[in-house]
Amino acid sequence: MNNLPEIIRTIPLSHYVALSSALFLIGLLGVLIRKNIIIVFMCIEIMLNAVNLLMVAGASYRGDGTGQVMVLFTMAVAAAEVSVGLAIIVMIYKNLKTTNIDLFDQMKG
Amino acid sequence: MDKIFYVLAALTLITAFMVVISRHPIRSVLFLVATFFLISAQYILLNAQFLALVNIIVYAGAIMVLFLFVIMFLNLSRDLERFSSWMPIAAAGISIGGIGLLLLSAFRVAQTNVEYTGNPEAGLVEQIGEVLYRDFLFPMEVCSVLFLVAMIGIVLLNRKERELPSKIPLS
Repeated sequence: MNNLPEIIRTIPLSHYVALSSALFLIGLLGVLIRKNIIIVFMCIEIMLNAVNLLMVAGASYRGDGTGQVMVLFTMAVAAAEVSVGLAIIVMIYKNLKTTNIDLFDQMKG
Repeated sequence: MDKIFYVLAALTLITAFMVVISRHPIRSVLFLVATFFLISAQYILLNAQFLALVNIIVYAGAIMVLFLFVIMFLNLSRDLERFSSWMPIAAAGISIGGIGLLLLSAFRVAQTNVEYTGNPEAGLVEQIGEVLYRDFLFPMEVCSVLFLVAMIGIVLLNRKERELPSKIPLS
């Protein structure tokens, strides 16, 4: 039985690339077909996480800390983005009383 | 033992797909929390232990609580959406298929048989902190400015609407 840090040696990097691509495509599917703006926002988070996973995989295969620090910055920017985006969603809901993106047809509330 | 990766990958894809197809936003949020935990498990398998913890704290802890709070605040249960029109689904299928084909063709020519040359210690707090505070000190400080700007922006967005002084000509 292998040790936990040794599992990565038995999995080729291409499998991580495939997993991240599939996750990214699922997020993209959600962004394209859902109407509720909150769920669209969550699917954007899935896409961000797919990219993070790919970057961590590359960094781990190289044994390089730089890629992991980049993922840390991505998480920080995602946190800021989510807070601002949810504030905007709440403002839109206060003005239009809906979260359906088909009904967002005016910039002026 | 390497079956762990494939089980986790399958569960990640399933929960991510459930986020997309759940009708109620609360269920989507809960499936998204599960997805983030599974991705954290992948980080542990990749020897990125610090990032796994940060992922749980930031995504599953902070961001998902924000989402839940906003959903409960908005009271969305009365207008659940229906998947009645086929046009957006067909358009999404075409574009996803196109991008999937693009990724597949890039995958065929890419050199992906990379030898593992990493060390299992690279994801510990000590190594991450050394890289962060030696090579990326300035971007980290810029990050704090970014958070300040985001905070001011949220406060400005959500303040009460006040009467603008009419003496100032707008535009």
